[in-house]
Amino acid sequence: MSIKVRYFASLKERLGHAETELELSAPLSAGQIWQRLNPAIPLPEGTLTAINMEYASLDSLLTDGDELAFFPPVTGG
Amino acid sequence: MQIKLSAEPFNPWQILHDYETEQRQLAGQYGATAVFVGTMRDFNQGDDVVVMQLDHYPGMTEKQLTRIVEQAQQQWAILDGLLLHRVGKIEPNDTLVIVAVWSAHRGDAFDASRFIMEALKKQAPFWKQETLSSGEVRWVSSNSDGYLKPAHNAK
Repeated sequence: MSIKVRYFASLKERLGHAETELELSAPLSAGQIWQRLNPAIPLPEGTLTAINMEYASLDSLLTDGDELAFFPPVTGG
Repeated sequence: MQIKLSAEPFNPWQILHDYETEQRQLAGQYGATAVFVGTMRDFNQGDDVVVMQLDHYPGMTEKQLTRIVEQAQQQWAILDGLLLHRVGKIEPNDTLVIVAVWSAHRGDAFDASRFIMEALKKQAPFWKQETLSSGEVRWVSSNSDGYLKPAHNAK
């Protein structure tokens, strides 16, 4: 099972990369994927999560081919 | 209905003039047009800002903007709408965003345009990074609630 994980804005800068591919043998939630990829970094407060470009909760389970994104509060307009 | 992102500067009044001229089928139907134009200031939180980088999430940004406009269409009797938002490198006095709503009566145009703007501020994935006159580069941490009096932004 293959998942694409993307980071934006200050989170991308802090982690030093914009995206990564992850192979999973069993389904994980968005929050569990963050922990697996960034074990030393607690998810910053206020971080938003999207799955396939729709807002999602950290409990949402990912399935094969999904695109998961983490980003800070939005500041457009 | 037009929803677009622009990496190039634009003149909001020219855009609105051209769009309204193209939408000839609407002439005579609308009695109200509400327009919001957001412009980049040269100050924020007490500091002088010289340039700004506006990042977005290609695909998701357009999807969320479309969703917001569709929600407005469901709640108010809108004849047409225009939403244009800048991305990329932005300088003070550049237009950041245009929201325009055409309707038969003023209430729908006023309320729908306000809804679109406030929802965009909360939900559309854009991120501002400011470069200050001191050389410091910083990310804007969050948007304020537009319904609160922005006393902290007054200077």
